[in-house]
Amino acid sequence: MQQTVLNPDFSFLEKAEAAGPFYAAQCFQCRKCTNGCPATFAMDLYPDQVIRLAILGQKDEVLRSKTIWVCASCETCTTRCPNGVRIAELMDYFKELAVRESIPSPEPQVLALHQAFLETVQYAGRVFEGGLVPLYTLRSGQMFSKIREGSWRDDLRMAWRLYKKDRLPLVPKVIEGKEEVRDLLRSS
Amino acid sequence: MMNVTYYPGCSLEGTARDYADSIRGVCASLGITLEEVPDWNCCGATAAHSIHHRASIELAGRNLKLAARVPNKDMVVPCPLCYNRLKTASHVLGSREAHQYRMALDASTPKIWDLANFLATDDMLGKIKERVKKPLEGLKVVCYYGCQASRPPSVTESTDWENPQSLDKIMKALGAKPILWPYKTDCCGASLMLSRPDMGSRLVGKLFDMARRVGAQAMVVSCQMCQSNLDMYQEKIEKDWGRPIALPVPYFTELIGLALGIEEATSWMSRHFADPRPALRAARI
Repeated sequence: MQQTVLNPDFSFLEKAEAAGPFYAAQCFQCRKCTNGCPATFAMDLYPDQVIRLAILGQKDEVLRSKTIWVCASCETCTTRCPNGVRIAELMDYFKELAVRESIPSPEPQVLALHQAFLETVQYAGRVFEGGLVPLYTLRSGQMFSKIREGSWRDDLRMAWRLYKKDRLPLVPKVIEGKEEVRDLLRSS
Repeated sequence: MMNVTYYPGCSLEGTARDYADSIRGVCASLGITLEEVPDWNCCGATAAHSIHHRASIELAGRNLKLAARVPNKDMVVPCPLCYNRLKTASHVLGSREAHQYRMALDASTPKIWDLANFLATDDMLGKIKERVKKPLEGLKVVCYYGCQASRPPSVTESTDWENPQSLDKIMKALGAKPILWPYKTDCCGASLMLSRPDMGSRLVGKLFDMARRVGAQAMVVSCQMCQSNLDMYQEKIEKDWGRPIALPVPYFTELIGLALGIEEATSWMSRHFADPRPALRAARI
């Protein structure tokens, strides 16, 4: 039988709990989180496996997983966990930690959308939807593929339909407290 | 007349202007004056809570500080995600962990309401029933609540998170027939529709399939994120799944407007992508 040496980093969970708490150590592996999760079809680890690996100090496997990025934050797992483990919140903590430790996201488009979103908030204090999609397309490196495949036409058609229905403002609304908001968004 | 503080959220100034207009119209005819939180900012949404936890609490917290200056005891929030983030901030800033953040809650912070829950109290339902001019008799709908107004109940204080009732009660008050169905609170994929369109299409396609199977003529929503995933992307999902859907996705406030006989109600709905008129005609409305 093949044996693998694990190098557990037990401080991984301790640090997470100090930032939470998320109560991950309460998990008794009933898999209710995984059974109710609508996004498992796109995951490389099931939610219960993420929790188990975190308890076992497998930092790298957790932070490099797709699971933490394709979690839709629907909160079904947290809601149904019989032991009060804050699973969805822990997924967020892992995402933030992965970004802070410059671990590349295996779902770069998901991260690019979050970053583009916060960029527009930083600029105006509110999200400017008219700018968000182009900025996201640029930041996620999809500009060229969209031009190549011609799917930019679909985006433009959607934007035009929204514009005709008076649902696409072309100028962002900048709030008075935008400096305050910028300050709140500065990294800690 | 009653005055209520109002936090619209960013989408209601953009792609969900139709929702915003219907809320203004309906509240005016129910005698509710909406007072917008002055200089409010984005609640941070999924982006902030995913990769910048502290900002997610403090962005929502700034809005609570501003809302505390408006002298009303209630604040309504139409967007369930904004509602969830504001509730989360008020929960965290009122807890033992509050000292980790650079702001404190004011004593005059209003009670935060999900708009659908606010309009589904017995008192409000009574007011709505009194004013119904054109009952939506014969209109069979499924109410689709999505995730964020209900979950997690420790934050939202929801009491019926697996089978919420607010929209169903409102639809009954309007004379429509809400159908019991199993996907009331299943996820639409939210922003994954942009970053993982394949996931969004699969999640929403499943909802459409079930809605059709139970015989719904429309899917009633209270969330503009759900609305855009179900409505703006419906043609794409029809192509992905290779079958027709043609289900209108009205906001609950638009249907209230219609039943109350507010003239602009049809113009609100004409700004959607899936045309609601065939369904309304079929139900003889």
